[in-house]
Amino acid sequence: MVFGNIDEVQAGLAAQDYVCGRALATVVFLGLKLGRPLFLEGEAGTGKTEIAKAIAASLGRRLIRLQCYEGLDSAAAVYEWNFAEQMIAIRAAEAAGGADASALKTELFTEDYLIERPLLQAMRPQAGGAPVLLIDELDRTDAPFEAFLLEALSDFQVTIPELGTVAAPEPPIVILTSNRTREVHDALKRRCLYHWVDYPDFEREIEILQARAPEAATALSREIVAFVQRLRSEDLFKRPGVAETIDWAKCLLALDVINLSPEVIADTLGAILKYQDDIQKLEGSEAKRILDAAKADLVPA
Amino acid sequence: MATLADLELPDDPKLAQNITHFARALRKAGLSIGPGRVLDAVQAVQAVGFTERADFYWTLHACFVSKPEERAVFSQLFRLYWRDPRYLEQMMSFMSPMIRGVQEEKPAQASEKRAAEALLDGHDRDLPDIDDGGEEVEIVVDASRTISAEERLRSLDFEQMSVAEMAAAKRLLAKLRLPVPPINSRRTQSLPGRLPDWPGTMRAAMRKGGEVTHFATKRPRTRYPNLVVLCDISGSMAQYSRSVLQFIHAVANREGQGWAQVHAFTFGTRLTNITRHLRRKDVDEALALAGAEAQDWEGGTRIGECLHRFNQDWSRRVMGQGAVVLLITDGLDRDRDADLGRQMQRLRLSARQLIWLNPLLRWEGFAPKARGIMQMLPHCSSFRAGHNIASLEGLAQALAQPDDAGQKARLMQMMSGDG
Repeated sequence: MVFGNIDEVQAGLAAQDYVCGRALATVVFLGLKLGRPLFLEGEAGTGKTEIAKAIAASLGRRLIRLQCYEGLDSAAAVYEWNFAEQMIAIRAAEAAGGADASALKTELFTEDYLIERPLLQAMRPQAGGAPVLLIDELDRTDAPFEAFLLEALSDFQVTIPELGTVAAPEPPIVILTSNRTREVHDALKRRCLYHWVDYPDFEREIEILQARAPEAATALSREIVAFVQRLRSEDLFKRPGVAETIDWAKCLLALDVINLSPEVIADTLGAILKYQDDIQKLEGSEAKRILDAAKADLVPA
Repeated sequence: MATLADLELPDDPKLAQNITHFARALRKAGLSIGPGRVLDAVQAVQAVGFTERADFYWTLHACFVSKPEERAVFSQLFRLYWRDPRYLEQMMSFMSPMIRGVQEEKPAQASEKRAAEALLDGHDRDLPDIDDGGEEVEIVVDASRTISAEERLRSLDFEQMSVAEMAAAKRLLAKLRLPVPPINSRRTQSLPGRLPDWPGTMRAAMRKGGEVTHFATKRPRTRYPNLVVLCDISGSMAQYSRSVLQFIHAVANREGQGWAQVHAFTFGTRLTNITRHLRRKDVDEALALAGAEAQDWEGGTRIGECLHRFNQDWSRRVMGQGAVVLLITDGLDRDRDADLGRQMQRLRLSARQLIWLNPLLRWEGFAPKARGIMQMLPHCSSFRAGHNIASLEGLAQALAQPDDAGQKARLMQMMSGDG
């Protein structure tokens, strides 16, 4: 399946329970149409990783994920030789008595001993078409790896000295995400289409919640979203993301909660707030105040 | 393919031109847009075949914006620009001189400053007045017998320096080093160590026709931490902060200085990120630009509020990888309600080391009496003076020995004695 226009993108993602705004759909459509990587930035928990999954599922493509971390190098990102396996092969050949140096060389550096990492996997032809390559939390890596990505993302080919160049028959759909814990270099951003993924507004978050936690009654969903939206305007160290909203709704459902009360909130606060400072702030009458304000927001609707 | 009816845009060649003009306007507004991006944008607009203004907006947005801060500028310019494309040319000609004016101002400022500096010799502009000078002469006569001029300069209080001494101090400051011990990274390098290096062993074996004669090992690579400087530039700190920033400029710009990145912020009544300006090679130009950006030089102090802003907006961005924080302030907070202690604690928790330089420490009888200092002191990992070159040199010691708390223990004892 290929998206023909922006509306189809929106509908296709919605079919995968990913509700997104027109802005994000436009960028996704453009990325697919122009074959450019998407660079998604935003606070944690606003659905940057999820969109890659939704795109892969709606297009019927394979999702290949490269989780970035500090110290990630090309061996962990592209390929590595299975050296232990090769050693065994050498010993075996020696034991058999037929260790011929040049023959060994051609035998040892074949695909059998190649460990493919995400970037190389993404360049291999896939059954359903080019895969979706998700490079998650790019801000966690360091500058050298970013520079390496620049090259990989512009040519979509990898050279393995012993085997030759592996070029992708069709460039993968690349999605880079960043939580903006540090600034990613302009050179990389320039090669991508950029979008800042913001917290959704009230109506959209209700839609998202109904898609992701359909068991929640409408009244409860509205209360949950109103409370979380209120909470985001508070002075918190880490504001709750959409992922937290969904988690929290699931927690409340597991506890058979029908509507929010300060006691229930106090018991389940750990699902939405992840810093002790923030939790402390909401202890006591503060939770009630926010809840009352949230309920007041709901009345006119 | 593009149905442009809603926007009343002329046909395609004109559209490409308009996008180019728009990109140029954005560039003038400070967005970094190269010709490649413009080409992308034209292609993108054609690919979308928009029917709605919003689609057009988001298409250009995706191509031109690359930082969250740029979103507001983009949206303003978009609204201004595409309101009626027929007024495009007039708009451009109307905007250009205004923007050009701003751009031309910067180099002029720097050269102006230099010229002023050249003329300044002998005239104290922002340095203490005559009665301080009289005292100084006495020190000069007194000290010259015992220690060398450089030695004296190192122990001389920044606040009591004359222009000539300041200039000499500047040269000394520029030479100062701030060595920091490296951190072990998760990456490894092929040097003898404790970890088995399979690829290395294999490569060595292949050179000998598969004969494993040597077992290669590797060890963790080392890397350097970030340095984050938070410098108080309020009235009471003015002379120190200038000197310290000169020192930080030298640290930030020295090749192989041993820090991964140096980030600098100034604060008085509000927090300003001046990292970008510190990259300027010329220290005067860098400080002038930083001064222009931070609009609260020599104003009041709201340490709590500024630390709060830093913790909220910047700490996770600049302190990701075990950063060392250098906090330069006298701790005299004007803001009564701020929860300084809590902000300090938060800062301490996210830093590898939190070193507090306080120029007030130069006085013999300094006691932590001020409310701000009492709240902040328990949370710093090292507390030292920062009033002269010698004390800045002492900083190196604090970095080399992470458990060196400077004067903290003594002052903490004093505090508990009082209470």
